[in-house]
Formats: sequence, structure tokens, C-alpha cells
Amino acid sequence: MIDPAAPTETGGRPADPVPGAAGGGSGTVPPVLSLRGTSRVFSTPRGEVPAVSGVELDVRPGQVLCLVGESGCGKTTTARMAAGLAGPTGGKVLYRGADLRGLDKRARSGFRRSVQYIHQDPYASLNPVRTVQSTLTAGLHRHGSVKGGAQARRAAAALLERVDLVPAEDHLDKYPHQLSGGQRQRVAVARALAMEPEVVIADESTSMLDVSVRISLLNTLGALREDLGVGFLFITHDLAVAKYFAWDGEIAVMYLGRIVEQGPAPAIVNDPRHPYTRALVSAVCEPDPDLARTKERVRLRGADIPDPTDLPSGCDFHPRCPLYEQGRCDTERPPLVESGGRRSLACHVVNGAG
Amino acid sequence: MAVTTAAPAAGVWGTIWQGVTRSASGVIGLCLVLSVLVFAFVGPYLIDPHNPTDTTAIWGPISSEHWLGTNHEGKDTFVQLVLGGREPIWVGTAAAFITVAIAVVLGGIAGYVRGRVDHVLLQITDITMTVPFIVLMLVVASFYRTSSPLMVSFIIGLVTWPFLMRSIRAQVLTLKEREFVEAARLQDLGTVRILFVEVLPNMAGYIFVNFIIAITNAVYAVVGMYLLGLLPSTADNWGLMIQQAWDNNAFLLPSAAPFLIAPMVMIMLFQVGLVTMTRSLEQALDPRLRDR
Amino acid sequence: MTHTFPASPPAGGPLLSVRGVDVGYRTGRRTQLTAVHDATFDLYPGQSMALVGESGCGKTTLGLGLLRLLPRTGTVSAGNILFRRKSGDVVDLRNLAEQDLRRFRWNEAAMVFQGAMNAFNPVLRVEEHFLDTFRAHEHRARRRRELLEHSAELLSMVRLEPARVLPSYPHELSGGMRQRALIALALALRPQLLILDEPTTALDVLTQRSVVEQLTELRERLRFAMVFITHDLGLAAELADRVGTMYAGRLVETGTTRDVFHRPRHPYTSALIGSVPPVTGDLTVPEPLTGGPPGIGALPPGCSFAPRCPRGIDECTTTRPELRILRARDEGLSHAAACLRADGAELSTEEATRD
Repeated sequence: MIDPAAPTETGGRPADPVPGAAGGGSGTVPPVLSLRGTSRVFSTPRGEVPAVSGVELDVRPGQVLCLVGESGCGKTTTARMAAGLAGPTGGKVLYRGADLRGLDKRARSGFRRSVQYIHQDPYASLNPVRTVQSTLTAGLHRHGSVKGGAQARRAAAALLERVDLVPAEDHLDKYPHQLSGGQRQRVAVARALAMEPEVVIADESTSMLDVSVRISLLNTLGALREDLGVGFLFITHDLAVAKYFAWDGEIAVMYLGRIVEQGPAPAIVNDPRHPYTRALVSAVCEPDPDLARTKERVRLRGADIPDPTDLPSGCDFHPRCPLYEQGRCDTERPPLVESGGRRSLACHVVNGAG
Repeated sequence: MAVTTAAPAAGVWGTIWQGVTRSASGVIGLCLVLSVLVFAFVGPYLIDPHNPTDTTAIWGPISSEHWLGTNHEGKDTFVQLVLGGREPIWVGTAAAFITVAIAVVLGGIAGYVRGRVDHVLLQITDITMTVPFIVLMLVVASFYRTSSPLMVSFIIGLVTWPFLMRSIRAQVLTLKEREFVEAARLQDLGTVRILFVEVLPNMAGYIFVNFIIAITNAVYAVVGMYLLGLLPSTADNWGLMIQQAWDNNAFLLPSAAPFLIAPMVMIMLFQVGLVTMTRSLEQALDPRLRDR
Repeated sequence: MTHTFPASPPAGGPLLSVRGVDVGYRTGRRTQLTAVHDATFDLYPGQSMALVGESGCGKTTLGLGLLRLLPRTGTVSAGNILFRRKSGDVVDLRNLAEQDLRRFRWNEAAMVFQGAMNAFNPVLRVEEHFLDTFRAHEHRARRRRELLEHSAELLSMVRLEPARVLPSYPHELSGGMRQRALIALALALRPQLLILDEPTTALDVLTQRSVVEQLTELRERLRFAMVFITHDLGLAAELADRVGTMYAGRLVETGTTRDVFHRPRHPYTSALIGSVPPVTGDLTVPEPLTGGPPGIGALPPGCSFAPRCPRGIDECTTTRPELRILRARDEGLSHAAACLRADGAELSTEEATRD
């Protein structure tokens, strides 16, 4: 039914014009940010909650890695650990190969600036009492990138133009409450850009925006990647967004703190192999009434995510999985193994059959 | 909500101004305060400050020459009233300023830095809270007979900050968790700047309201201390006027009533003005009340 | 105001007949902003209609206005909202007294608000919410046990375990479970009409899917009509028989879902549809809409969409287009658009020469 060759054909990207950002094989460009066996366990009154368990990821300049999953699957915790906003309880986070915990003050400051984080809610992430210009230039002044008010204003205007908030002069003196959600999020992106980051971690940065605004913000972010070689760790629950933004990058699907499937975006979206990924892809509401009625849906055995303090034995997904095989899935956790075509997959049934 | 109305540009002071002027009572309060301020600070330049003792006119009645009669020394009450506003208002404001400054700095640091610093600062706060204010004033007044108004405000400020400090600390604790503060940390802006430039301005309205409340408290404290005779009788002063009226049994003499009542009315007008003004401002700052 | 729609509903016709409804918000003692202008449509029994548009287009205001659930500053300031009761008589909801209105809601029409958490009282167990609803709207003769049994039945309809959900507090349920419980609660008294405000917006894809499936199933079983407000066109395509696009407080296009999605006649609808990337198939590059809708206090003269419109002509900036029928169908399903250039022939040739 599924031809694994087909999607990789469609996904073959044109030769990348930026030699440094050549997306081909992983490993051509050293990663800026790496997660190695990174885990985080939260202690709650009801017990230990393993929010993230043994995640391995590499974020390279000029490339996109999209982390997809439902809320509560640990993608935000992963993103916060990658940004150094939270420490891992197991494993490590590497910045240019060095463990974040071991960085001296100067290296840490370098990391702080070159890995930027964009919050989900543009209504909360901008200081309500500061103008756009003041928000944008605070970092520039602090790090001595500009001298004097006029130069700072020019720099702020350039940043706004970079994120397509034009004419920049009209927006510099506004307060956040005078901007729309999309405009605010652009200001937040511009603020991150002011630090000249190598990697931007965007945590559901488009999910609070209207559909119509979402695409144009994604286009802006895409342009930053192409023109400035910024790498992205992009967190979303929306596969349509992941597909659009990460088409020539990678998608990693998370379920209950673990990566269950990872690979090039076209392959993951057009030929999902893990039953969870397949359920996610098939659950998306398509903006086409005919397609909506004919689309094949994966029926899960259970609608709700299990209690994180009391995870099921074996494969985390087995109580909901339509491919569940008794005896193996409920006793042994499937490892994430390479399955060809730069993909990896954690499923006994699919891996066994393939 | 579907209603989107463009709010006007408002910085910290803009918010405060809008808060005060948004309701009729706020405007009335502001007018009251301004008139008392004009009376006390501009008035002295418009009248002849020369106000000699006149033993022939003790407790004189209200007349065209003496608008509010004269006092026990035959001095003109109205002139005293005009000259006597500066000190209590000035001392009260200075004391409030000191209180708020200490509370904001210590509360901000304690809330933002947490840990050991927070612990030590809270200890100091608790100790200060237990200092009995009146007793302290008695001691100070008996040791320093010549204490200047500035000294008075300094002492009031030094003992009244703990309550405000605790509530500012609590607010910083919650503001600190907001995403824009995290965003500032991601920019590596430095603790001092984040605290004083990013966090505290978000509480500007709250701090301003407390500043005004502190003024009213300090004005009462100063007047009360004069009334108790804890402060030296130097210049003309509303508090001193009440005390002198008290000492000279003015409350028994109908003709002495203006001398007793006039300073009390002035203090009351000032305080009522401040309170109505801040009530309106508080409503503007509290989002649950604002959307009405 | 002249409408191309019949002035009064024919007997045995629509369940809900909205005629020239304006909804406004009081902004000062004498000033008012009109958030919804001249909304006119018919909803027949069992139909499901999606109101789509960007935020700030008046969708929620219209939805709330239909059941007169607006906040205190809002009022339905013009028009008629005719509703055919279960008994067969038609009432104008605008004229209903507050007391009758309360009886009307839940019994005849119910609303599921956006944000399932806020709709529940956090200190009451789910069962209390059900009991309260029954007690407030029915004769009090029924016993507690009987009512609980009925509640359990309702919850099983949305595939929730009554034994687990009924004694829980709202915060103990996941977002999807709360949303389903809320739908069950809204259906408690078998209303003829259900209005849902962004029913799946805060939910994850899989939870969203289960809510969609359950709504579809429930509608087949209970045959209620539905108006749902969403900015997610995928949801509209999936769940609606017909779509109404709103822009700047006006309905600018209505029609069956297939008419609207396959042959959108208003450029705003096309732009909305075009801005959603599909998951299936190859990468398509959506056309982003630039700018945002005008504030309701600052509508441009002429067509409100003219400043953002890719195919505007000079006349658009001066003449406001009326909603007119382009393709007549029965049961309120006519395809109508408020665009000066909506006429098929004109549009297609123009488009052909341009592209």
C-alpha cells in the first residue's frame, strides 16, 4: 500500500545554494546544539513524572528540526532544556560540543546569545510598559552592538524590516497592546534576531495566531533561515505547520517524553510509519470538504493520553495503538532504531514487519 | 473578545494620568490636592509673611482685616494657615518617598534574587515591623530637641517601609515568572536592569498608589507628633497650630474656633483629595474593576 | 435595508431565521460600536453551519447575540431572531423576556463556550453541574438518582466513563474530556440548536479528532442543528453542511460547504482557504493574507475588505456590496456573496486573463 520510495522522490530538495548550510547528510555541518540522552523528571505530589526521557537531537545552522507531538508529550520541556532555561536531570545538552553545565561565564554568555527562544504567547512575552524600540534595543545596548540613540533606532528599524513589520518607523514607538498578535510575535522574533543567533528555538510560536497570519509569519521565519543561515528547533502540535515549515528539514515525533519516529519531513508526513504518527497525520482536519469525507482515519483504541505518573509497561503507546500485539508491545519498550532513508522508528510491529 | 479599540499610547505616567482622570471622583480628588498644594506652596508668595504678635488682639474675631481672626498671641490665623502647609506636606512627602524607596529596592531584590538574600531581608523587615513608632519618636525627640523636618521624615520613612516591602516582594515574585522577564534573561540583560527596568515599571501604578497612601500616613504622623508635643515648635505649621489651640484651651472659646478648625480642614481636604484620587487610580489598575 | 431573502420564514420552514441583526457594544454613556452588521441567514432543522473568519470579525459576538448571551455592555440593536420552538410556534428571541429566555436556553438552544475550563465552576463536581442544569430547567419532580442516570447516559454518548467523570472536579479532567463533558451537558435537555464557540481550538489534534467524530455521531443520532464558530477552516470543511464567512462584522459569503470551498466567490473566503496548508500530498505554497481586519470602530467606506483585496476595483472603495444570491438553492443553502465582482462570468474571465 505504501511505496517508501515515492515520498523521498518528492522530498528531494534542490541543491542548496548556501554551501555551509548544505542540508544533505547529517554530519556535514557540525551541530550548534545537541541533546544527548537528555531526560527530565519532575517530582510532583502524585509521584515522579518523566517529562522527557533520553532524547537525542541535533540542531544545525540553516536547518530545521521540527518537534511534533500532543501537549504533555514533553516537547516544551525539551525545548526549554535546549535553550538552557531548565537543566536536564539526566543526559546532557551540548553547545558546540561542550556540556552547558561546564561552560564558564564567557562561554555561557555566548551560548545565551546564540541560542534564542521564542515563546508561544506573544501577549505575555513582550513587556507591556516598553515600546517596541526599547524592547528591541535593550539587548543591543547591553552588549555594546550600538552606540547612541540614533544608531539604536536605525538598528531596531532594520530588525523590524527583517521580520517584515513595515514600515518600521510606524511601529517603533508603539506599545505591545497597540499591536496585533501577529505583529507582536514579529517583534518577539526581531528581539531574538538582535542577538544574531545561530539557532532559534520556537515553541508553538504560531499556534496562537490566526490561520491567515500564521503562514506569513512562517514565511518570515523561513526567510531568516535562508538569508541568515539561522537554524531552527521548531516545536508544534500541528503537522500541517510542521510540513510547511520543515519541508526540507527533519521532523521528530514525540510521545510521552520519547521520540518515536524521526526522519526527513516529506517522508514523515507522506509516509508515516509509526502508528502514532499515522494517527496524527490522519487526524488533521483538511480544508477540503471532499477530502475530509474520504480521508482514511486511523482509529485509536483509546482517546486519552495515559496518566504520566503511571505509564503503561512496554511501549508507552500500546494502550491506544491499533497495531498492538499482545506479548511484545506490553512488555518490552521498542528502541528507536534506524530504518533506512535517514529515518528512525520505535515500533516492534512496524520494524518487525519491515 | 471581538471588540478591538485602539488604546492610546500610554507609558507608565500615561497610565497613571489616565487612571486618575478616568472618573469624576478622581478628577475632583486631583483638584482638591492641587488646590491645597497651591494654597500651601504658592500662597506664601502672595501674602505678606510678616505676622507680628499683637497682644491687643488676642482671639480676635473674623474681620476684613483678619479673615480667620487671630490667635492667642494676636497673630493673624489666615497668614499662619497659608504659611503652615508647607512643612507637613513636605515632611510627609519626603517620608513617603523614603518609605517607598526602601520598600521598592529591598522588596524588589528580595523577590527577584530569592535565596539567602531574601531570607536576610525578610528578617530585617520583621525586626523593623516590631519597632514601636511612637516610643522611637519619643526617644529621638528627647535626645535631639532640635530635630529638623528632614530628620523627622527620615525617621518616619525608616520605620514604615516593611508592610509595603512585603507586598512588593510578593508582586515581584509573580511578575518574575512572566514570560517577558524570561525573554529579558534570554537577552542576557543582567539582573539589575531586568529588575529595575523590566519588572518594576510594571508595578509603577501600584507603587504610586502606595506612595500616596504613604504620604497620607506620614502627614498624619507628623501632625500627630506636633499635637503630642514631640516636635519642637519652630515655624508656622498646621500641626503646631492644632497643638497650640489645644494648649490654650481653644476648644472652650467660640472665638478661637477658626484657629482650631482651619488647619484641621486643610489637612482633611488634602487627605480626602489624595484618597479619592488613588481610589480612582486603583480601579484603573485592577483589571477586574477596569472592564466595567 | 432590502434583502434578497424572503422576509418571513414559510411555515414549517427554518428553525432559526436571522434577519438584519446588528449587535453592538456600549463604549460610553451614549456611544456604541456596532460589532455585527445586518446578519441575515436561515438555519433549517438538523443543519450544521460554520461561521468562519479571523479573530475580531464578529463571529463570537454574533453567536452570543443569537442566544442573547452577550456581556452586559452588548445588545442586539436591530433585526429579528426568529426561532421555531419544539411546540411549533415561532418566537422572536429579541422580544423574549429574560425569564422566558432562561427557560428557552438549554431546552431549545444551548451554547458551548470557548475555553472548557471556564465554563465549569471549579469547586463543583461534574455531577453537580448536570443536576443543576436539570433542576434549573425542568420540573423538580424527578429524583436525584434518576437524574444521575440520565447524566451518565449523556456522558456515555460522548464516550466518557460516567463512573469516573461524574464524581470528578473539572480540573481533574483533561481538556478534551472537559470539552466532551460540556457538549454532553449542553445536550442534556435535547435542544434543537447547539452553538459552539471554537469547540476544538485549544485541543490537540487527536483530541480534536475525537470531538469532531463525536459531534458528527451525536448529530446523526439526535438531529440537532448546529452553529459553530471557528477560525479553523479544516474543521469547517469537516463538520459543516454550510459555511458563513464573516469579515469586519458582516457575513460576506454563505453557501454549502462544497460551494464555498470549491468555488469561493468572495476574495476573503478564497484567501482564508488559500492560507491553510494541507497535510496530504505535496508541499503547496499557501498565499498569506497580509494585514489584518479593520477595527470595528474604523471601518473603511465601501467594501471593508477592499484595502486587503487582491482583485479590488475603484468602485470597491466607495460602494459597499450587499450580500446577494449567486446560485439559488432550497433550505437556506443558496450561495451568496457580498462582492461587487462575485458574478461568475465576470470573475472567471478576469481571473483567466490575469493568471
